Amino acid sequence: MNAALKNLVNQPYKHGFVTDIESEVTPKGLSEDVIRMISSKKNEPEWLLEFRLTSYRAWLKMTEPEWQNCHHRKIDYQAISYYAAPKIKAKLNSIDEVDPELLRTFEKLGVPLHERMAMAGVAVDVIFDSVSVATTYKKKLAEVGVIFCSMSEAVLEHPELVKQYLGTVVPTSDNFYAALNSAVFTDGSFCFIPKGVKCPMDLSTYFRINTEESGQFERTLIIAEDGASVSYLEGCTAPAFSSNQLHAAVVELVALDNADIKYSTVQNWYAGDENGVGGIYNFVTKRGLAKGINSRISWTQVETGAAITWKYPSVVLLGDGSIGEFYSVAVTNNYQQADTGTKMIHIGKNTRSTIVSKGISAGKSNNSYRGLVKIASSATNARNYSQCDSMLVGEECGANTFPYIQVLNNSAQVEHEASTSRIGEDQMFYFAQRGVDAEAAVSMIINGFCKDVFQQLPLEFAVEATNLLSFKLEGSVG
Amino acid sequence: MIYADSKVLLEVRGLCASVNGIEILKNLDFTVRSGEVHAIMGQNGSGKSTFAKVLAGHPSYEITSGSVRFEGKDLLALTAEDRARAGFFLAFQYPIEVPGVGNSQFLRLTYNTLQKQRGHEELDPLEFDDFVREKMKLLEMSPDFLDRSVNEGFSGGEKKRNEILQMALLEPHLAILDETDSGLDIDALRIVAHGVNQLTTKNNAMVMVTHYQRLLNYIVPDYVHVMEAGRIVKTGDKSLALELETRGYDWVSTDTQVAASVSA
Repeated sequence: MNAALKNLVNQPYKHGFVTDIESEVTPKGLSEDVIRMISSKKNEPEWLLEFRLTSYRAWLKMTEPEWQNCHHRKIDYQAISYYAAPKIKAKLNSIDEVDPELLRTFEKLGVPLHERMAMAGVAVDVIFDSVSVATTYKKKLAEVGVIFCSMSEAVLEHPELVKQYLGTVVPTSDNFYAALNSAVFTDGSFCFIPKGVKCPMDLSTYFRINTEESGQFERTLIIAEDGASVSYLEGCTAPAFSSNQLHAAVVELVALDNADIKYSTVQNWYAGDENGVGGIYNFVTKRGLAKGINSRISWTQVETGAAITWKYPSVVLLGDGSIGEFYSVAVTNNYQQADTGTKMIHIGKNTRSTIVSKGISAGKSNNSYRGLVKIASSATNARNYSQCDSMLVGEECGANTFPYIQVLNNSAQVEHEASTSRIGEDQMFYFAQRGVDAEAAVSMIINGFCKDVFQQLPLEFAVEATNLLSFKLEGSVG
Repeated sequence: MIYADSKVLLEVRGLCASVNGIEILKNLDFTVRSGEVHAIMGQNGSGKSTFAKVLAGHPSYEITSGSVRFEGKDLLALTAEDRARAGFFLAFQYPIEVPGVGNSQFLRLTYNTLQKQRGHEELDPLEFDDFVREKMKLLEMSPDFLDRSVNEGFSGGEKKRNEILQMALLEPHLAILDETDSGLDIDALRIVAHGVNQLTTKNNAMVMVTHYQRLLNYIVPDYVHVMEAGRIVKTGDKSLALELETRGYDWVSTDTQVAASVSA
């Protein structure tokens, strides 16, 4: 059994290749001049430059958070390049004008950009290092009034919408990484679903970091007006470098009356090698504002990659009767560290939130769930249900649960359940005694453990997530 | 049943095995022919369960010497899953729980794995459903079992029935039932025993590991073995079990010591 397991462990990260493409990378370092340069490269309006500079000045006074259960070398923010973009001749009129090397890159990653080859029923915006290179199905979406484009494009073509909502859910000085992002963000996706429209297809963004010494700071903004609904998917990969790349994204969601936003992520950044060398530092701020009555925001995440994950997709339940959901599977192997969870802030009356978190630790990794459930004094009859389960694979990994509960209204009902289990020799032996090999056994055990989360994912993503997990954990038992 | 022309299924010779450097099995000999039903009895710590696990290939045990041939093959050279695929089955004393995995999904995976191994056709979920429901009748199991997670929240008796159901599906050539009777009330014991009896044929064999004579009223053994300190010290027919029930185990060891000193 052991030899077979070893072979499985040594399977390489299959997205670890580098695309050889001529890129424009700005010199390393961060200053007001760099920010002005980024802003001018993108032909941004003055108000946005001000937004960036205000954020930068706030950031200078802030320090990195240290409360998380992760350890890493100090990041030298002057050693990062804040803008890297493949050289593109002029404005592209169609997908056919995209550099063939880039098209090949995304095809290799399973995200073909030609609409005739693209995933049926999913519109994709692809971000390569700092810029969006293509968005599919744009015209079809425009017919029903849905705006789906890169953030840079939205700034130029729909400035009023961007200005109205940008920074309203995650304020520029919210935290160290959000402030940094607000100062230097380069691209991301923008989605606007107008009143009463159910978005006819899933929207998706695929993020790819390609340049070794650049950071990726994307900014995504999704707005669903009254009665609108949308399902949004996010995927990410990066080449295998021996250095660490910083990824500090901000995602803001706004749901107005009766609107419904479902945001699903399958995160597969390069996690570093088996000795913990290299990998992405993933410091992400994701927050949704369930602003309108009976609005609903649902986060589903499958976090398998990155050397460090620091991420708490949250919902502010402002509208009466609004619903917040968080379904998470976080898998760590080798020397990965994850400190992830959610915040559910209940402000409106009759608000409800559900948290289902499944942490799987293998190798020498460390996996922490950190969550806050806050019931404000105004939130009469608020309800929360939290379930946090950890599974340990092997003997050298760790799992922690840090639930914080603050209740200021005594009509609230808050439930928290937690469990820890281990895939051990005896479980594997049971499967083996029935003729089932280790690979199929681990896959079945893990999928059973994650079932409550996987069934929240859109179908294509559920299949991908299942494969990704089996792939990632194969060989860690034995 | 003992048949005159039956072939040897399992042949254990001089088996020694240890865990964490402590020797548990000491020079154990044991032979099973097809069609036979054996019972291995003995006090706690005599090595009965260890013997069952060693044969099944549990990774915690180290084989220090001896040989085991199963249908002519070197069993010890096979991985645990290959032993199962070769037709060796262990009904666990403590079946494990697999939360979130539907029992029918698990049963189908194990069934199809063996079907594939034997060059037979695999069943899709619908075909399998019909097939497994038929087998469940044998053990008077409610179809609800299929929708529940594997062994999760099962009572002791339900877990044991689920083990015998797997035996019914996998049709092993040799099955070892490790304390299948423990934790069963009298009705469950009768049902499980009935199921096992239905599955016994001229071409397979059963080995029951048990503390109690009770089970042997329902599944009548051809041979009863007494295990002590890691080896089989006495073999008899079903009357030996009754004798153990009334006299306990001590007389067996005294007898053995006497026999040993005489032969020395």
